[in-house]
Amino acid sequence: MIHSLFLINSSGDIFLEKHWKSVVSRSVCDYFFEAQERATEAENVPPVIPTPHHYLLSVYRHKIFFVAVIQTEVPPLFVIEFLHRVVDTFQDYFGVCSEPVIKDNVVVVYEVLEEMLDNGFPLATESNILKELIKPPTILRTVVNTITGMEKGETHRELPSWVKALNNLLPAFCLIPISGSTITAEIQGVIDACVKLTGMPDLTLSFMNPRLLDDVSFHPCVRFKRWESERILSFIPPDGNFRLLSYHVSAQNLVAIPVYVKHNISFRDSSSLGRFEITVGPKQTMGKTIEGVIVTSQMPKGVLNMSLTPSQGTHTFDPVTKMLSWDVGKINPQKLPSLKGTMSLQAGASKPDENPTINLQFKIQQLAISGLKVNRLDMYGEKYKPFKGIKYMTKAGKFQVRT
Amino acid sequence: MSSNSFAYNEQSGGGEATELGQEATSTISPSGAFGLFSSDLKKNEDLKQMLESTKDSAKLDAMKRIVGMIAKGKNASELFPAVVKNVASKNIEIKKLVYVYLVRYAEEQQDLALLSISTFQRALKDPNQLIRASALRVLSSIRVPIIVPIMMLAIKEASADLSPYVRKNAAHAIQKLYSLDPEQKEMLIEVIEKLLKDKSTLVAGSVVMAFEEVCPDRIDLIHKNYRKLCNLLVDVEEWGQVVIIHMLTRYARTQFVSPWKEDDGLEDNEKNFYESDDEQKEKTDQRKKPYTMDPDHRLLIRNTKPLLQSRNAAVVMAVAQLYWHISPKSEVGIISKSLVRLLRSNREVQYIVLQNIATMSIQRKGMFEPYLKSFYVRSTDPTMIKTLKLEILTNLANEANISTLLREFQTYVKSQDKQFAAATIQTIGRCATNISEVTDTCLNGLVCLLSNRDEIVVAESVVVIKKLLQMQPAQHGEIIKHMAKLLDSITVPVARASILWLIGENCERVPKIAPDVLRKMAKSFTSEDDLVKLQILNLGAKLYLTNSRQTKLLTQYILNLGKYDQNYDIRDRTRFIRQLIVPNEKSGALSKYAKKIFLAQKPAPLLESPFKDRDHFQLGTLSHTLNTKATGYLELSNWPEVAPDPSVRNVEVIELAKEWTPAGKAKKENPAKKFYSESEEEEDSSDSSSDSESESGSASGEQDEGDSSDDSSEESSSEHGSDSESASEVGDKRTAKRNSKSKGKSDSEDGEKENEKSKTSDSSSADSSSEEESSSDSESESESESESESRKVTKEKEKKKTKQDRNPLTKDVSLLDLDDFNPVSTPVALPTPALSPSLIADLEGLNLSTSSSVISVNTPVFVPVKTHVLLHRMSGRGLAAHYFFPRQPCIFGDKMVSVQITLNNTTDRKIENIHIGGKKLPMGMQMHVFNPIESLEPEGSITVSMGIDFCDSTQTASFQLCTKDDCFNVNIQPPVGELLLPVAMSEKDFKKEQGMLTGMNETSTVIIAAPQNFTPSVILQKVVNVANVGVVPSGQDNIHRFAAKTVHSGSLMLVTVELKEGSTAQLIINTERTVIGSVLLRELKPVLSQG
Repeated sequence: MIHSLFLINSSGDIFLEKHWKSVVSRSVCDYFFEAQERATEAENVPPVIPTPHHYLLSVYRHKIFFVAVIQTEVPPLFVIEFLHRVVDTFQDYFGVCSEPVIKDNVVVVYEVLEEMLDNGFPLATESNILKELIKPPTILRTVVNTITGMEKGETHRELPSWVKALNNLLPAFCLIPISGSTITAEIQGVIDACVKLTGMPDLTLSFMNPRLLDDVSFHPCVRFKRWESERILSFIPPDGNFRLLSYHVSAQNLVAIPVYVKHNISFRDSSSLGRFEITVGPKQTMGKTIEGVIVTSQMPKGVLNMSLTPSQGTHTFDPVTKMLSWDVGKINPQKLPSLKGTMSLQAGASKPDENPTINLQFKIQQLAISGLKVNRLDMYGEKYKPFKGIKYMTKAGKFQVRT
Repeated sequence: MSSNSFAYNEQSGGGEATELGQEATSTISPSGAFGLFSSDLKKNEDLKQMLESTKDSAKLDAMKRIVGMIAKGKNASELFPAVVKNVASKNIEIKKLVYVYLVRYAEEQQDLALLSISTFQRALKDPNQLIRASALRVLSSIRVPIIVPIMMLAIKEASADLSPYVRKNAAHAIQKLYSLDPEQKEMLIEVIEKLLKDKSTLVAGSVVMAFEEVCPDRIDLIHKNYRKLCNLLVDVEEWGQVVIIHMLTRYARTQFVSPWKEDDGLEDNEKNFYESDDEQKEKTDQRKKPYTMDPDHRLLIRNTKPLLQSRNAAVVMAVAQLYWHISPKSEVGIISKSLVRLLRSNREVQYIVLQNIATMSIQRKGMFEPYLKSFYVRSTDPTMIKTLKLEILTNLANEANISTLLREFQTYVKSQDKQFAAATIQTIGRCATNISEVTDTCLNGLVCLLSNRDEIVVAESVVVIKKLLQMQPAQHGEIIKHMAKLLDSITVPVARASILWLIGENCERVPKIAPDVLRKMAKSFTSEDDLVKLQILNLGAKLYLTNSRQTKLLTQYILNLGKYDQNYDIRDRTRFIRQLIVPNEKSGALSKYAKKIFLAQKPAPLLESPFKDRDHFQLGTLSHTLNTKATGYLELSNWPEVAPDPSVRNVEVIELAKEWTPAGKAKKENPAKKFYSESEEEEDSSDSSSDSESESGSASGEQDEGDSSDDSSEESSSEHGSDSESASEVGDKRTAKRNSKSKGKSDSEDGEKENEKSKTSDSSSADSSSEEESSSDSESESESESESESRKVTKEKEKKKTKQDRNPLTKDVSLLDLDDFNPVSTPVALPTPALSPSLIADLEGLNLSTSSSVISVNTPVFVPVKTHVLLHRMSGRGLAAHYFFPRQPCIFGDKMVSVQITLNNTTDRKIENIHIGGKKLPMGMQMHVFNPIESLEPEGSITVSMGIDFCDSTQTASFQLCTKDDCFNVNIQPPVGELLLPVAMSEKDFKKEQGMLTGMNETSTVIIAAPQNFTPSVILQKVVNVANVGVVPSGQDNIHRFAAKTVHSGSLMLVTVELKEGSTAQLIINTERTVIGSVLLRELKPVLSQG
């Protein structure tokens, strides 16, 4: 299966290599660099690259390429999924997964990799198991120790034990064309749990409206039969943070989109100035504030510079990448944030064909836009009373407005 | 050397930051002080010193730095001797890092690596499973050919380890050894065969992986395990699931007939009833249909369905391809939703999934049509995702949705990503050809694009229009004229060539323009691209033939230019055309047909999906992604015409979906363990809501009962145990039959005689069991399930016992687990030797190991139901107590004999607080009492179990049985036969052991009895009735051998009955414990002699 792993940073240096079978020379990465050059953008590097004797499967995350070398037929998703799991594990161990962090913790990284694969076949990939085998580095270790220390000290006592379910709902994909009607929108959500309970608690989580959920995927601890028959999540949780459930809300229960964008972007032929204006406003938010709003847009190549004034927040325009970014912050419904100004265009160049797409990010606390509600969370199998809490949140996914 | 130092130099430069960071923490830090002059030789010296230091912290630091070097790909092989010395370090941290180092460099320094081997061999016997596992891992990762035999031995031993985690590692080691030395294949296949029988969910994935790597063609190994794998699948860890599903897909394609033929007509009907998932209905329904799906086929499809909900994309994809390749067409639909879900994942996952969807969507449009909008392109998608999405959108396009799609395409054409825009244009072209309603619309749209400012877009449009026009030989003169004008502005060669070709082809429709174009081209001929030049030549030829008056000179001019072109293709073409069209005396008959040749009706090109030809690769594989056969790709075979014999899978007795490693125990051993047995844990602790898929209702119910009554699990289990013998009499017989059958399968090398015997018993399985009413092979599931359940509970108990047995390590580690592999070792009275074939195989395997002892505790051959009175109801004031020996390994201690006591209340009032009071035990004897019973209802009865360590003597254990009001003195005196535990061994080992126990240790006597008492079955019956011994397979008809060990001391007890001339027989007992031996002899003698 997986022969070797190379970690390559964006400038093309191999800064870590690990072999699970006999050593594969790092020159095999030359094929990768070739492909990288051809792709121009990191995102476009094909995930599967055949070379004369090996196959290179890679994922690109946190500005690092994780390149796995394999020699024989293997389901490519198997390798890709595993590489993503590696990244997740690093993130879990070190808080962030970046080149300096990996370099600083190279020994732990190496040990973790050693445990994760044996002869190229995954051995231990659950981060809680790994943490039993290899301790996270010191800073985190102290934190972990205090927590586990408490737990171990008080087995079968009613002390620190709590459950938290985080409910992220992401309307993943909205396209709004000029006419203002939604092209497509869907809600995709997850329930992340943070469980720190002693003993062997058996939890059940029920929803007020489970019918909403159209398609779900579970953490392996969830009992599938129970869900099938009763629409209840029944599980014995692993310790710590994990993703209990990801779901998709069916398209019939169509999404109320909580924001709208008004835009007026005009280029004129044979003029070196264009007008630019965007206003963002709330819509159907059930009284909750929209926070963390960031507007980004890739401007056409012809735009040389922009002089804009925001009514709130800060904006930047990168004349090289032509990326406009406006950090709006909270939306105050009384005073809608707007960004107005002019664009200076390349003189003589004709008007771009396409108006730029506007991408929007935002968050709404304490609201699940899908309307999904957790009914109750019960614990069986242990006698103490757990502390329970739930937090709802809505985040924009790939929210795009076509202009 | 010099190169080495160079390498280190480099390192000190490149990795300074980290190096410094590490040094700062080191205790004897040389630190950055001598940074400028730090020669790397010195640094290495320094590392060596640190490694040789006595302080662990220094060693650890050194190792950390070395691992840092390895990680960066720097050469650290020079330090090998210094590092390898630390392999036996007590410090676990150091050890781990040394292992990392060893695995990396052992191959380069084979001789030195051998120094470390003995350490691993020792660690392989460590009581801690994690240490055993990691020792095996490292040992097998050291790619040194010399140690192949050692590895082989280690793998064999580990494959019988008690800990599933170690067995999992053994499965991994198989692959490593195989890649190191393919010669070992046969031996490894044996181990694989054994591990395939393993019921642990941890092992399943790894062993199937090994199977795929070593012997993917040995599909026959799977038969017996097929159902088990199907049932275990849900609980296997996710990576294992992927491998197993892929393997089972191949398996299903060779073993079942195609479910596709009849489907189409019956689609709706079938869908409905499968969704209801009603087995009963399924059966009746199937009878009516000409095609009936093999229940095993159905089992696979049904059991994989929940995995579509997995969080792991690889698992979902694996299930999807399984459905695609083996399920009836009507059921494939359910995978689309899950695949679409994967599209919200990372870009790489999207890429692979989209490729697979693209292939699927060619064949089955309907599957993904409802999700059309999921394939809309976002401006942030990487180009490769965009093009794949386009591909799928094209495949999904039909009359109904084409207008929506075209509108969407319009947006894409305007995209800033020009490569993508070009791809969109091609897509539009394909839609136009596929859906004739929109051809004109598309064509007009494309013509509009011709005025686009971007050249790539225009060029692509031209190419596509060319193809479209070719298909529609209608009047499109306007478009052609428009395109002719474009020749002035377009520079992209392909587009220019396309226009020229188009004009040449339609030169009669545009008689005025064509010569003009040729004139322009003649002017620029020398500066054109080769591709364009060829088309100019073509155009010239065509015009010469149709309109020679205007173009004759022009063409000749062009031909002259071509004659001296640098490119030989062009010179060739020129020569060829000249000969063909220009009439001269040499020209042959062909020139008459020149016009027909050049202006023939050309078939329109088919605009096809690039994914068209990918469907011959199995979906989800690397080969499919690359569209070439990858190394090691295993072809998916076509369905067989006639299904191979489905009964081969029947050998599998009953699937015990659960692994019975108790979670609690695992915890005790090591906290880490519990995670590995997550699924088991889950089941164990959640019986109240147990919903393990493979469990039938009745079975899980029973289980619940067993464990939910608080801590009396052992009681109830013993209840089951006793139940099982009386109730499952029939079941036992059946098991016996199966047992012998499976034996027939195994090629035991243990003597042909036995084989013969088993064969006869196999063939005459029906008659040998007069009690067996129906010998129909189809087993009613529920019956066997409940049977298995009772058996399981008893086994569970043994298991617990065996777990504790672990301390005498050499004896037990490798062998105890055998009952794991012996699915049929239930309490069974059977006329043939009770060893299962797997066991024999195991034992033979073990003979290789020189030191390993051959003692392993087997399950009892027979459990007598005879009970002894402990307390009579008269003397107990209404409380009656009976005891009997269940012959199970005792769960309270490995030196104890388990005793079950049944208490009856014969009074008409409650008896409260029954417990054991004072004990009067002889020296050394110990007793584990049962928990006090709070109250016993009138007419109630309860069975409790306790353990007594009789110290291998028949002395009486006296104690008081007390109730709330009274105390009664009671005694238990064990029959000598109950002080034994049966042992499984081969005949060879038996003889060997016997040879060592002669002289003082041997007692013998002569028995005289009627010949009918000397039939094998009678002797067996009698012996096992008296003593708890195991049967040793015998090569001779006249000698019967039995083996056991004493419970307390574990000494062997070997019983031989040798039939002599006349009606005499010799009874020989060999044991170190001569006292017990002679007592046993005394007890056996009358039993054997009496009629």
